[in-house]
Amino acid sequence: MAILEQRQKQVYTKGQSVFEMECNKPSLAGSVSQRACVFCGSRVVLYPIADAVHLVHGPIGCAAYTWDIRGALSSGPELHRLSFSTDLQELDVINGGEQKLYCALSELIDRYHPNAAFVYSTCIIGVIGDDVAAVCKKVSLEKGIPVLPVDSEGFKGTKKDGYRAACSALFKLTGQIPVDNMSQYSMNIMGEFNIAGETWLIRSYYENMGIQVVSCLTGDTRIDDIQRSHGAALNVVQCSGSMVYLAKMFEEHYGTPYLRVAYFGIEDMSEALYSVAKFFKDPEIMRRARELVREEVEVIYPKLLEYQQKLTGKRAAVYVGGAFKAFALVRALRLLGMKVVMVGSQTGNKDDYQQLRNICDEGTIIVDDSNPLELSAFLREQEVDLFIGGVKERPLAYKLGIGFCDHNHERKKPLAGFAGMLNFAAEIYSSVHSPVWRLSPYRQKSNQDAADKTDFQDSKACVFDSPTGFSRVYKNA
Amino acid sequence: MLLRHTTKEIKEREALTVNPAKTCQPIGAMYAALGIHGCLPHSHGSQGCCSYHRSTLTRHYKEPVMAGTSSFTEGSSVFGGQANLLEAIGNIFSIYHPDVIAVHTTCLSETIGDDIPQIVSKAKEDGKIPAGKYVIHTNTPSYVGSHVTGFANMTRSMVEYFSANTGVKKNQVNVIPGWVEPSDMREIKRLAKELGVKIVLFPDTSDVLDAPQTGRHQFYPKGGVTIPELISTGDSLATIALGRFASTSAAEALDAKCKVPCEILDLPIGLEATDRFIDTLRTVAGVNVPDSITEERGRLVDVITDMEQYFYNKKVALFGDPDQLIALTEFLVTLDMQPVHIVTGTQGKRFEERIRKILKSKVPNANVRQSGDMFLLHQWIKNEPVDLLIGNTYGKYISKDDDIPFIRFGFPILDRVGHSYFPTVGYQGGIRLLEKILDAVLERQDRDAGDTNIELVM
Repeated sequence: MAILEQRQKQVYTKGQSVFEMECNKPSLAGSVSQRACVFCGSRVVLYPIADAVHLVHGPIGCAAYTWDIRGALSSGPELHRLSFSTDLQELDVINGGEQKLYCALSELIDRYHPNAAFVYSTCIIGVIGDDVAAVCKKVSLEKGIPVLPVDSEGFKGTKKDGYRAACSALFKLTGQIPVDNMSQYSMNIMGEFNIAGETWLIRSYYENMGIQVVSCLTGDTRIDDIQRSHGAALNVVQCSGSMVYLAKMFEEHYGTPYLRVAYFGIEDMSEALYSVAKFFKDPEIMRRARELVREEVEVIYPKLLEYQQKLTGKRAAVYVGGAFKAFALVRALRLLGMKVVMVGSQTGNKDDYQQLRNICDEGTIIVDDSNPLELSAFLREQEVDLFIGGVKERPLAYKLGIGFCDHNHERKKPLAGFAGMLNFAAEIYSSVHSPVWRLSPYRQKSNQDAADKTDFQDSKACVFDSPTGFSRVYKNA
Repeated sequence: MLLRHTTKEIKEREALTVNPAKTCQPIGAMYAALGIHGCLPHSHGSQGCCSYHRSTLTRHYKEPVMAGTSSFTEGSSVFGGQANLLEAIGNIFSIYHPDVIAVHTTCLSETIGDDIPQIVSKAKEDGKIPAGKYVIHTNTPSYVGSHVTGFANMTRSMVEYFSANTGVKKNQVNVIPGWVEPSDMREIKRLAKELGVKIVLFPDTSDVLDAPQTGRHQFYPKGGVTIPELISTGDSLATIALGRFASTSAAEALDAKCKVPCEILDLPIGLEATDRFIDTLRTVAGVNVPDSITEERGRLVDVITDMEQYFYNKKVALFGDPDQLIALTEFLVTLDMQPVHIVTGTQGKRFEERIRKILKSKVPNANVRQSGDMFLLHQWIKNEPVDLLIGNTYGKYISKDDDIPFIRFGFPILDRVGHSYFPTVGYQGGIRLLEKILDAVLERQDRDAGDTNIELVM
């Protein structure tokens, strides 16, 4: 298939060539890239903060397209699900938008009485040169709440730079108030956004282990939680791109150590709990972690095996935003007996791709910043049964007649945690085995082939190791 | 109560938009460009714009949406986007092989001041545009107008770049459908065929954004107006522009450029607007209306007659795009309903004037607003409750909070299907709208009825 010449080094087949991924670079102009912009990165990270107002400073589009499209749930206020914009007009662009921003912010805060306000700069602000920080400072003094500028002009880099801008804004909320009464076993959950209620699940695991969760950044969080977050003893960061910056800032300024984890799949989820238990060096916490893992796994494992039987040998492709999610998905899919034949991300870096390469099988295609033409070619060439991606990838899979799972904003059930793993397996199973593919011309033949095979296949035994040597072997019942 | 903060008391806001009833120009240009066969829309700006537009269109149509981007960086914002666009044009023709690249600008490239025609000439000089291929453009600054304006601008560019008057008239009529669904475009073509009139419909997104499941991803689906068809619009007998806001600009450009006279009509939504469309098409093409269309019309009138008691004096709030709202308001009045609150986010004094004229005798005190937002609409509803809410998906919050029957109509619809497949234009479309209105109103009556007074026959 045709790959743009300049993109040759962003596509790699394991085992076929020297591995040298060129990533972390701007997309080629003209490529139908699946990537977004700096603003998008900031918006997704800060979006779940439900007791703050999020004012998008610029023409209407950026506010309209990001209005309630991320399923981050709140257990209380719902301010994050509204859309606020300065809706800049031509004259504002000529004369500057500071006055309008000032008025809009003041009106907004008077009307909604939020606990903080975030002001997002869009592309045009970077060109017309509004002093957003000065306006924010002024309004903050007048209204007595934090008003935080987010330097998220779309063109100033990639989505990752947007994560960084969001983290800088968040960091400004910390360290302002003294924190007492923190448990020595306290932590912040970072990089978990409560899509479909996942944060609630993860939080409950840690709390059941006896750990105080000070704040979750940013799933179902509140401004005062964030303001106390520097008091936590540990930061636990999920998702490589979005919040490692914040964890590093905490480490530098408050000396808070951090761990990187993932919550997708049994292995990663268990490891996320064990690593925290190990960090606190408290036998009781470790005991509870083991017990929790055992109880949870005992519930879901027999059911997972049933799915595994039905999914073994099926071929999967993964194309997601951050590479860290890709690692977890590769492992989770493998647990279900599936073969990952293509994996890629929008924003992975060199180390990420090296790690991906290490965990993937021979022949797996690894790709950075792909586009629909490449993706649909890979899906067909690799005879994929399931594609995991986001909103723009879904219709590609469906047009080809391939099962799909949204692992992005549009997941409707929690896919993280132990219960989430079961949801994940159920969703994959129902999509891969949907009778609709029998109607698709392309799939008719392969489905016939599959029906000819016997239903039963031996599932492999699955081993879980805890850091302290605790291990259980689950055998196929 | 997601909208628990909406207060009844209305205070004019100076600077703040809450829950917009519009979006920005470029997405309209992208949608219009998808209605040219073999065209790759191209967003000259940051990557995010293109990504958001594609995502939103994908969510609405449940279809893959292809478009390129100039992928602006900090450097482009300082030195201009020429290098990016030149590179993009070269890359697109070498790998995606479109017949046309339709470039639209963004707030960023507009503010920097990129001169697209000059850059395209440069691309031509550099040999980046293969023989027989085209690059067209339109300016879509996001801080002017709305997505409707962007659609109008790209449609006008089709005329400016392609329409040619050869001096030999063709026995065909141009129809500019406005920003309607693929299903509506298909229906307009069917009606013309039924009338026996050859039309050139542009843009035409049927068979592009309602493509069948074939097991293949077609980068350029089979639909869309072709380049020869677009060129031929300059020789047509007349142009019928549907929707003043979305289609006037192209129709007038065609008149000015190729002396093709134009008629500007409302979108043919509802009985009377469809009558005017059929009548105009009949007149300019010099044909008679066949019985089959008269019968379609009769069926629509029949449904209205059968159910008139359920429409009477029901209060309706509606929001969305001006062309849709004008036609819909007229239809609701035909049905003896009362459109009491009407909001569009798009600018245009003409909108308010036109709506007030339609409502003059029926609802003289209706609340009508251009450049409004959904927060204002909600406040109006709190002051004067309604029996029915009509608008895009974002109406669901108001509907849920205030327990109002809700019909999804307009753009975007992110949570239901059907709009791509069942038209709301024409007489048949009118019947579909009636079905939706009646379903909503009667469902509510059933829900609220007690055991003693629930009715079987309605």
